[in-house]
Amino acid sequence: MIERPRTRTQRWLDRALLALGVVLFVSPAISVFLWMLSLAFKNEVDNLAYPPVFVPSPPTLANFAAVFRENNFLLYFWNSVVVSGVSTLAAVLVGVPAGYAIARLRARGLLLVVLVARMTPAISFLIPLFTLFQALGITGTLTPVVITHLVITVPIVVYVVSGYFETLPEELEEAALVDGCTQWQRFTLIAVPLARPGITVAAILAFIFSWNNFIFGAVLAGRTTRTLPVAVYNVLTFEQVSWGPLAAAALLVTLPVLVLTVMVQKEIVGGLTAGGVKGG
Amino acid sequence: MTSSDRRRLVAFIAPALLVVLAVAVFPWAFTLWMSLFDWKIGSASIFVGLENYVALAHDARFLWSVVRTLLFTALAVVVPLVLGTAAALVFHQRFPLRGLLRSLFTLPMMATPVAIALVWTMMFHPQQGVLNYLLSLAGIGPSEWVYSPALAIPCLVMVDVWQWTPLVMLIVLGGLASLPIDPFEAAYLDGATRWQTLRHVTLPMLFPFVLVAAMIRMIDALKTFDTIYVITQGGPGTASETINLYLYLQAFSFYQVGKSSAVVVVFFALVIGLSLLLFWLRRRADYA
Repeated sequence: MIERPRTRTQRWLDRALLALGVVLFVSPAISVFLWMLSLAFKNEVDNLAYPPVFVPSPPTLANFAAVFRENNFLLYFWNSVVVSGVSTLAAVLVGVPAGYAIARLRARGLLLVVLVARMTPAISFLIPLFTLFQALGITGTLTPVVITHLVITVPIVVYVVSGYFETLPEELEEAALVDGCTQWQRFTLIAVPLARPGITVAAILAFIFSWNNFIFGAVLAGRTTRTLPVAVYNVLTFEQVSWGPLAAAALLVTLPVLVLTVMVQKEIVGGLTAGGVKGG
Repeated sequence: MTSSDRRRLVAFIAPALLVVLAVAVFPWAFTLWMSLFDWKIGSASIFVGLENYVALAHDARFLWSVVRTLLFTALAVVVPLVLGTAAALVFHQRFPLRGLLRSLFTLPMMATPVAIALVWTMMFHPQQGVLNYLLSLAGIGPSEWVYSPALAIPCLVMVDVWQWTPLVMLIVLGGLASLPIDPFEAAYLDGATRWQTLRHVTLPMLFPFVLVAAMIRMIDALKTFDTIYVITQGGPGTASETINLYLYLQAFSFYQVGKSSAVVVVFFALVIGLSLLLFWLRRRADYA
C-alpha cells in the first residue's frame, strides 16, 4: 500500500470512515448470533415481551434443560459426531492419496469431477441413493447417512489437499527416492508429514460442512438416527413452538462449529479461498 | 518420473475414484435413466421416453419455480458481490483487532444453516419479531416479512446475503493481497486521486477474482435449500418455491421418482449452462 501524505484532519477523517465501515459490516453479522444468545438465555415471558427484552436478566438455563428433557439430544449429538467423524475419516483415507497423486501427476483435469460434484444439487444424489438404500434394506441405520455425507467430505479433502501438495517442493521427495524409498514410503514418510497443516484444514472443513448438512439426514434418517440439524428442525415442527428452547437448540448445534471457526480462523480462510468449497 | 511411478500414482487415486463413482456418477446415470420412466415408489415403472420432460414444459408450477430460482439467484449473486467487494476493501486496511473482527464477520458462512434459519424465522415474526420492533424505532410501520407473498423472496435473499457475503469478501481479499504494487505506484506518480485509483486500477485488477466469486455464489444460490425450507417451506402458497423446493416435494413427499429425476436433469442443465456462460464471460474479459 502506498502511504499518501495526509494532513492531521484528513487522517482522522480516514480513520472515522474506516471505523464506520467496519461497524457497518461486522454488526449485522454478529447481531443475529447475539439475538440467538439472548433468546436462548431468556425466560419465556421475556421472549414474548413487546417491546422485546434484549439482555436476559437474570439469565436462565431453563431452555437448555427443556431441550435435553424433551428430546433425546445426546443421542442426536452422538449421531452427528459419528456421521461427520466417520465420513471425514473415510474422506481423509481415500482423499489424501488421491490429492497427492493428482498434484504429482499434474492431473488437474480430474478435479473437474470434483467441481461437477459440487455443482450438483444435493437432492439429485438423494433420489437414486434413497432408492438404492431402500432396495438394500438399510434405511433407518446410520450407514446410508454416512455414505451420502461422503458426497460432501471427499471432494473437499481431494481439492484442498491436492492444492496443498502442489505448493510442496518435489525435491525433498526426490532425495528420499535416491535413498531407496518406495513410492508408498515416499508418500507416507515424507509427503504426508510435510502436508499435515493442509490435511488438518481439509479435515476440519469437511467435518464442519458435514456437521452443517441438513438434507441428507432429513431424507434418510429415522427417529433414532437423526443428526443434530434434523433434530433441531423437528423441535420447530413437532412441538408447541416456544422460542427459548428453539434458540437454545439452535445454539447447541452451531456452537461447536463457531468455536472451531474462531480457533483455526487463519488456516480455514486459506483452505476456503483455495477451493471456494461448500458442501451439499 | 518413470512410467511405473505414474502407474503406482494412479493406484493412489483409485479408492477415491471408486467412492466418487459410487456416490456421484452412479446417481447421475441412474437419474438420467429414471427420468425416462413413469415411476412412483411402490408401483411398477413404465418406460415413457421423454414424456416427463414434455409434462414439465407444460407444468406452470414448475415453470414458476424456475422463474423464482432465477430471480433469487440474480439477487443473491449481485448483492453479495457488491457488499463483499466493499467489505474486502475495508478489511484490506490495517486497523486494531482486524483478525478478530474479520473472523466475526465470517461466522455467518460457517454457522449451521438450519440453526441460523430458525433464528431468522423468529426475527421475521410479524407480531413478536425483533425486526418489526427495529422498524418501529425507525418510524416505519410493521412488515409481514416472509408471510407476505411479495416479500418472501426478497427476505430469503436477505438471509442469503447475510450468510454468504463473507465468502465473497474472503475471495476478493485474497485477490487484493496478490495484486502487484507497480500499477499503484504509477497511478500515484501520475497524480491519481484515491477514488481514481480505486475506480481505474484496483477494481479492474480485482475483476477476475470477483468473477470467481460470482461463479461460486451462483452455483450455491441456485442450490439453496436449507434456509428456504426452514423459513418458508416454499410458502406462503408457492411464493418462494424454487426448483429445489419443488423437487423435494415431488421426490420425498409424492415419491415421483421418474418426474423428479426429469426435474433434476433440467435443473442440472441450468446450473451447467449458467456456469459455462460465466466461464465464457471470464474468457472474454481475459482477452479484452
